[in-house]
Amino acid sequence: MPIWAHRSMPDPLLQVTGVTAGYVPDLPILHGVSLTAERGQITLIIGPNGAGKSTLIKAIAGLIPVSAGRIALEQQDVTHIRPDQLAAHGIAYVPQNDNIFRSLTIRQNLDLALRRAGGDATARRDRLLAQFPALDEKQRDKAGTLSGGQRQFLAIAMALATAPRLILMDEPSAGLSPKATAEVLDHARRLTADGVSILLVEQNVSQAMKLADHCYILAEGRNQVDGPAAELMGDKVVGEIYLGGRRMGAA
Amino acid sequence: MIGTISYLVFFATTASILAIAVLGLNLQWGNTGLFNGGVVAFFGAGAYGTLILGGTPQDGHLGGYGLFYPLALLGGMIAAGLMAWVVGLLTLRLRHDYLAIATFGVAVAFENLMRNAEWLAGGAKGVRGFERPLRDALGDGFLYNIAFFFTVLIILIAVYLFLERLVASPFGRLLRAIREDEEAAASLGKTPSRIRLTAFITGSVILGLAGGLYGTFYAFVSPQDVLPTLTFQIWAMLIVGGAGNNRGAVFGAFLIWGAWTASGWALSRFAPIEAQLYTGSMQFVLIGVVIVGMLMWRPQGLLPERLVVSQRGSKE
Ligand SMILES: Nc1ncnc2c1ncn2[C@@H]1O[C@H](COP(=O)(O)OP(=O)(O)OP(=O)(O)O)[C@@H](O)[C@H]1O
Ligand SMILES: [Mg+2]
Repeated sequence: MPIWAHRSMPDPLLQVTGVTAGYVPDLPILHGVSLTAERGQITLIIGPNGAGKSTLIKAIAGLIPVSAGRIALEQQDVTHIRPDQLAAHGIAYVPQNDNIFRSLTIRQNLDLALRRAGGDATARRDRLLAQFPALDEKQRDKAGTLSGGQRQFLAIAMALATAPRLILMDEPSAGLSPKATAEVLDHARRLTADGVSILLVEQNVSQAMKLADHCYILAEGRNQVDGPAAELMGDKVVGEIYLGGRRMGAA
Repeated sequence: MIGTISYLVFFATTASILAIAVLGLNLQWGNTGLFNGGVVAFFGAGAYGTLILGGTPQDGHLGGYGLFYPLALLGGMIAAGLMAWVVGLLTLRLRHDYLAIATFGVAVAFENLMRNAEWLAGGAKGVRGFERPLRDALGDGFLYNIAFFFTVLIILIAVYLFLERLVASPFGRLLRAIREDEEAAASLGKTPSRIRLTAFITGSVILGLAGGLYGTFYAFVSPQDVLPTLTFQIWAMLIVGGAGNNRGAVFGAFLIWGAWTASGWALSRFAPIEAQLYTGSMQFVLIGVVIVGMLMWRPQGLLPERLVVSQRGSKE
């Protein structure tokens, strides 16, 4: 593709179009959800409990069947690709819970994730550990002994180990202290500087909005509003309906 | 004196063969979480396979290929592995309970086939005409049994060491990861169904090896050897010994086999004459009680999986 075409044509990294999906046949949770994630950006998804945020992430990760609509990564259709093959397409998923293997050591967790890409695994492991000093110190400990924040870092490190273009993160701050939340979110921001794109679900709306580029608001399995995060934060109506402290900020 | 030793050798040989089978089941259930409800089918495939491939020509049923013994044993293992491959391909993508149902069904079908298809394996009369390897050199007596016992023991140790290495290898860690969280493993690019299939086939090949040795030991196999009883016993050994722990699997095999033989002996000796007919059933009740008691008071078995023990400090 010539460079001018790249400039003038919108060429998003991930394009979700009219996706309908659910856990059991004929009972959709998502009703035609659309979303775009640009390269090198943090795209934020927020919405009340049960809005379908995790469901959307799982649909993109190939973990639940999509009955209508299309998911494309760099124009390539990945709608019905198995989760284990998505890693090869450059999509990594960090689940909301249970995103590390507790009975394995930190190093074994990383090695498990590193094995798919091949190459010099040791060098890549060292590079990853250099990013996360807290993990580096505890390499030989069982992952089950890590603190909440360290666990999220390990989960993120494991996602990075698969050399992804896009990381799907489902509430990485769940259950973390405000300090740990800030650390995890800051780290996410730094990743985008290295060219990784992030699709982020968060309950900590105010913190997440500050670092996101674009934001989607979901409710009852449908798109509500979306726009640049900075604009949405400043929008009075949106602020009152969707970002009012009580409904969203509580967690 | 020689009688007692001779009996001990006989006992230890059977227990060692069963221990190999329990190790195979442990790879499937203990390490991978696959419920094999038809253990005896894979054990039986190994026994029948070995005897048919390695036996002398027989009238009326398949067999008598007179293969060099190690090849016959290998053939029995391959037969068990092939059966596991087919069953696994059909069920391992589905929910876990389907595997339990399918394997149970396969075991029932296997027994019925062996009982009824005379052209295949002699029907109810079983497979005869197998000559134990090296019989010419060692004869049929005590010497042979000692030699056979040590052979089985060496194989048991080899299988144990193989599995210990496997569990500690990256593949073993992958098994654990999948058991802990399948979705997370899949998201890292692992294919759980394929990895489970590999573990299921490997475990079944080991079950087939145990079956092959069992058939060799008795130089005979019949449908009576592939009754659900054996599945039940092998499961009891694993549960009591400790699922997930290879040492527990071996320990459980010796313990339960010891209890089984001892209870059989005690019942035949002390039970009233009228009850003698039912000693077999009473043994079942006893083993059943042991399993239930174990599951209630020490579900992790006598020698539990080691990673659980070493996971100190993981409680939040
Ligand atoms: N495994 C499941 N099987 C069936 N229904 C489910 C399952 N998980 C979630 N749901 C349903 O799907 C709907 C959306 O749930 P989802 O987890 O996507 O919400 P969410 O926006 O992530 O909420 P939260 O903020 O609480 O994480 C809910 O009604 C929920 O009951
Ligand atoms: Mg959620």
